[in-house]
Amino acid sequence: MDFNHTQERQMLADMTGRFVREQYPIEKRHEIAASQEGFSRELWSQMAELGLIGALFPEEAGGFGGTGFDIAVVFEQLGRGLVVEPFLASLLAGTVLSRGNESQKSLLENVISGETILALAHGEPASRYMLSHVETTATKTGEGWQLNGNKAVVINGDTADQLIVSARVNGEMDDTDGIALFLVPADTDGINRRGTSTVDGYRTAEIALSNVAVGEDAVVGDAGDAYANLQTSYLLGTLAVCAEALGAIEVAIELTLDYMKTRKQFGVPIGKFQALQHRMADMMTEREQIRSAVINAAGNLDLVDREWYISAAKNLVGRSGRLIAEETIQMHGGIAMTWEYAAGHYAKRIVMIDHMFGDVDHHLERIMKLGRVA
Amino acid sequence: MDLNYTAEEQAFRDEVKTFFDKKLPGRLADKVKSKKRLTKEDQEEWHAILNEAGYLSAHWPEEFGGKAWNAIQRDMFDVEANIAGAPRVVPFGVNMLAPVLMAFGSSEQQKHYLPRILDGTDWWCQGYSEPGAGSDLASLKMTAERQGDHYILNGQKTWTTLGQHADWIFCLVRTSKEGKQQEGISFILVDMNTPGVEVRPIILLEGTHEVNEVWFTDVKVPAENLVGEENKGWTYAKYLLVHERSGIAGVGDALAGIEHLKHIARDQKKDGKPLADDPMFAARLAQLEIDLSAMRTTNMRVMQAASSGAPPGPETSMLKIKGTELRQSINDLTRRALGPYAMPFVSEALEAGYNQEPVGPDYANPVSMDYFNHRKTSIYGGSNEVQRNIISKMMMGL
Repeated sequence: MDFNHTQERQMLADMTGRFVREQYPIEKRHEIAASQEGFSRELWSQMAELGLIGALFPEEAGGFGGTGFDIAVVFEQLGRGLVVEPFLASLLAGTVLSRGNESQKSLLENVISGETILALAHGEPASRYMLSHVETTATKTGEGWQLNGNKAVVINGDTADQLIVSARVNGEMDDTDGIALFLVPADTDGINRRGTSTVDGYRTAEIALSNVAVGEDAVVGDAGDAYANLQTSYLLGTLAVCAEALGAIEVAIELTLDYMKTRKQFGVPIGKFQALQHRMADMMTEREQIRSAVINAAGNLDLVDREWYISAAKNLVGRSGRLIAEETIQMHGGIAMTWEYAAGHYAKRIVMIDHMFGDVDHHLERIMKLGRVA
Repeated sequence: MDLNYTAEEQAFRDEVKTFFDKKLPGRLADKVKSKKRLTKEDQEEWHAILNEAGYLSAHWPEEFGGKAWNAIQRDMFDVEANIAGAPRVVPFGVNMLAPVLMAFGSSEQQKHYLPRILDGTDWWCQGYSEPGAGSDLASLKMTAERQGDHYILNGQKTWTTLGQHADWIFCLVRTSKEGKQQEGISFILVDMNTPGVEVRPIILLEGTHEVNEVWFTDVKVPAENLVGEENKGWTYAKYLLVHERSGIAGVGDALAGIEHLKHIARDQKKDGKPLADDPMFAARLAQLEIDLSAMRTTNMRVMQAASSGAPPGPETSMLKIKGTELRQSINDLTRRALGPYAMPFVSEALEAGYNQEPVGPDYANPVSMDYFNHRKTSIYGGSNEVQRNIISKMMMGL
């Protein structure tokens, strides 16, 4: 066993980290998050130039990475800066698209170069965390398909140039069979998007599809057979947000530790109090548990037990992440309740990640269903 | 031991229920239940209604025009108020300053300020914490220097809740640097309109403006605004903190929070069935109900032990810890009940006039904000760490 990254991957981590550190101070991050689109096109293309988007995809998809560890090291650094640019949306939609036809795959070049923003419009108002829940319908027409339905909490769905929309071509609402994916320009007639901010400063959209007409060439993969494709995309997305949470957790703990050493009450730095020391020790231990779970998830991404390890990581991130987020605020005291100080923003991100791709309980149930890994 | 309510107690509850039925404006209850932002006018309207019925000062002693309610009456009122969706009483004047004035103020101060607290003439805020004096409150630095018949105040207070609305602030100030820190503190009343007082907003992590910094630069305050004796302010401050804690368990708010959570859990679907029927979720909810039912009785026991006249003792620290942490757990499970719809947040939708379609279910928007906002409760009013110190020191002699 060797827990060191390869030299190339370490360079990727270092480069991402440096960019975030130097170009992404928290004040700038808030400014970007509050802007019209909720992210910076300029920074996005700089990040693309550095290869940070390409690192998320394998060579056959036009990238130069795409392994679990590539995704993990990039997202860990993004988490350290609470980066709001559409990395996750690009990973989700790009992964799906890489299983498409040649012309669809060629669009990936533009995603990797930062010119085209894609979003995966899959979740629905009633789907909660159930991946197979698709009420949106795709009906065959003479020239192609007609889409009707509603998509919910679509990450970066408000600014994406093109959407990948899931819809049901047959079967019951929760069947894994019968789901199809369609690549649709976001300005197509019948698409109505309502963008909102999230409580932690990211962007999502509610998307209504009303008699949206698309051609046969819009279908990604085989119509009715998209579940496995979606599953892969969501597994990668889950790994990504686990690593992102790890990065945010690192910073939350660093801020807290620093505060323990500098904030004085009763004539001493508050870090001198054993009641706080033990809790800091627990937070650090949990952070390392999360780091290990992310390593397990990344290392097993192409192996048979990948679902187990990804659910294990997401459960742990949700569980211990909540502890760390809440303790970060509590141990700081009032200062961490303010907008001006960074810690609260990290806490918000860590907790909100529990609401993406299944929460603590969802993944606990998955583990119970999957059974024990030897 | 008898856990049943007496006939008088039941009659009291009916009286209170009728009051909320008849007098709580539906507009205010709707705002509270949908967690819209309350304006200053909303708060004042509700205070006026309570005052007219004699409920604003019902916990005051009879000699000051109160009804001298006991612990059970206060609990009943608190629970019914929360179930009805009544706005929370802004506590700074009626629950915090008033008991201090009654115990330590001059009769002129009592005659002048108490009626103005009740009729809403004066909105009070609290000047305790400073940037360098949080849990270690006694280390506060803001000074009041006696000059003839005035004090000159200099320094800064922080975390001043609703200070943006306030006419007056009661402050702990340093009048002596001799001896122990606690022995050089005085309690003084300051008109916020005095030259040199400046209020600066602090925006909280979910974007709301509840608290402020209050800066004092050569603020001239008449000497008669001192409460009690010079350098005895710490005693008054501790007295006030005990009174602040008499509602600290937040039983009514927790009950209302659980009801709201159940409503959401019945509406949300998981795998096509109500989330409330999901064994894992139901277990988490049941756990909260167990804790709450016990806490309600603990609260009553502590309050009743004190209602024979003595102020509640260090046992209230248990109520503060348990009450705030339980409420936070309810907030936590509520956000989890929402699934992905815990994420979108439309700040404007918290205003009463907002009439666009909600994003997701109509109850979703404020839930995460509320979860994050409630993290303050285990920090303010003496952090839960300080409360644990009090318990170990005062109750167990450690």
